[in-house]
Amino acid sequence: MRQVNAFLDSRSIQIREDILRMMARGGRGHLASALSLVEILRVLYDDILNFRPEEPRWSDRDRLILSKGHGCMALYALLADKGFFDQAEFQKFCQADGILGGHPEANKVPGVEASTGALGHGLSIGVGMAVHAKLEGRRHHVLVILGDGECNEGSVWEAAMSAAKHRLDNLAAIIDCNKMQSYSTTFEVMDLEPLSEKWRSFGFEVREADGHDVEELRRTFQALPFAHRKPSAIICHTMKGKGIPGVENNLSWHHKSKLSQEEITILFSKLRSQP
Amino acid sequence: MRAAVLDCIYELAKTDDRILFMGSDLGKGTLDQFKREMPERFFMEGISEAHLIGMAAGLAFEGRIPYVNTIATFLTRRCFEQIAVDLCLHSASVRLIGNGGGLVYAPLGPTHQAIEDLAILRALPNMTIVAPADANEMRRLMPATVDHPGPIYIRVAKGSDPLVTPEGGPFEIGKAFLMRTGEEALVLTTGITLKIALEAASALENQGIGIAILHVPTLKPLDREAILAKAEEVPIVIAFEEHSIVGGLGSAIAEIIAEANFRPSKKFARLGIPDVFPDQYGSQESLMGRFGLTVDRLISTILKFLEQTSARYSTANLGENHGIS
Repeated sequence: MRQVNAFLDSRSIQIREDILRMMARGGRGHLASALSLVEILRVLYDDILNFRPEEPRWSDRDRLILSKGHGCMALYALLADKGFFDQAEFQKFCQADGILGGHPEANKVPGVEASTGALGHGLSIGVGMAVHAKLEGRRHHVLVILGDGECNEGSVWEAAMSAAKHRLDNLAAIIDCNKMQSYSTTFEVMDLEPLSEKWRSFGFEVREADGHDVEELRRTFQALPFAHRKPSAIICHTMKGKGIPGVENNLSWHHKSKLSQEEITILFSKLRSQP
Repeated sequence: MRAAVLDCIYELAKTDDRILFMGSDLGKGTLDQFKREMPERFFMEGISEAHLIGMAAGLAFEGRIPYVNTIATFLTRRCFEQIAVDLCLHSASVRLIGNGGGLVYAPLGPTHQAIEDLAILRALPNMTIVAPADANEMRRLMPATVDHPGPIYIRVAKGSDPLVTPEGGPFEIGKAFLMRTGEEALVLTTGITLKIALEAASALENQGIGIAILHVPTLKPLDREAILAKAEEVPIVIAFEEHSIVGGLGSAIAEIIAEANFRPSKKFARLGIPDVFPDQYGSQESLMGRFGLTVDRLISTILKFLEQTSARYSTANLGENHGIS
């Protein structure tokens, strides 16, 4: 298995603090699933995607679908950071008067392309968007972030076959491969290995990267598309709960509710104590 | 009706490049002319209905109008979550064309018989459901589907169904159509049961009994106003459908009749497929006979109610409470 040792810089810590601010207000959330996504989303929004926060539906934007919708706190942190909405919304996470829920909704949150939360939907939607872009001769890209556990869903592989059939080199599947799902490790619940070979055999051009190494992610994403007339897949090796000791690789942090303020304070201090 | 719906998709697509045709693994030659003339808008995506719906949603998010066609059971049961989340939650303009609604595929068994398609889709917010009676009604419906907001499920009967509705004229999604007037009972139909109801009405007319027929091609949104207005005028209301009695037209009518709290209350019956999986093969007609979806059963149901109603009316004349039957 690939090692995931990347050092977290101040921006990575800052984004994680924003996630903890949402957790503090909501008292709940898929914390560990969001933490494994932070560097992937950070690099995409900082260096790769074309978008206009003031015009979220700008027709030439790159489309990013967070198919593993339960990782949405990381997406909310980046969207707010880029100005799609005010960070004050963090204070209403999962509240009746807020737009940010436990799974992201396109009709509520500017910058969210598709409402997700039920797994195995995003790649098919991405295929539809990418086919449309090809029909129109448009240059934008469609990126879909999936969890490795999500790849249990048969619909993911239906979509993969279709992406290859349509030679969608404007489409990339980014797999947040944190090796854990709700019940246990992916190896125990439904072993996906060899995951890269699976994607390759389904017609994708595949690369792997350390999903917390900002430089490596940037280089990898900048190389998209990896092949002419083939969809791309990037297996990002990540750590569930990355950045907070005690949450890292800890199954009991897949989803938490009824968090006390004391527990939140401890999470903040553990995050800030990162080397 | 099946040929009509495909013809319409082809004709509509010729003048509107937002329109796409998507199938799973349909019969050889399906829409060949469409494929020849507009290959970039013709998709045959394989036996993967869950993906098909998601892909159609992605295309709809970008402003396309996909018409997705396969066998009704596969189009509704297999991919229900994709319909709920990708289509209904997003109010995506995808049109689902379900072949073989009801008992059309009788010889192929329960895996192919769409007996609860209307019920499960009716439970989804933002969904529109239409079940035309014949090819004429399908041709009137289809132009109205292009710019209708949100997803639409169009239930298709088999080919060569008898024509019972006019060739031309208007069609409005969400409107019920009065096909026959009568004072003694109201029969509500959707899909091909209109034909059976019209035959029953003619037979009853010969006995001097006049029944009204309100055809309800749009199951959702239901034309509540027209249905209640007609129900108000008669003592007997019967919902008649080629669908499970659970959750379809009969349930929808029962809900609004119950809430209307008519006084005196209405005699009401749901004629449909009982809450079972069909246990025989045969033909659509033989299974409809088995489940009592026939002219005779409709007539006997009406006559039985008429007897009871006259008895009640005579009791009422003696000064009893009209509201208690």
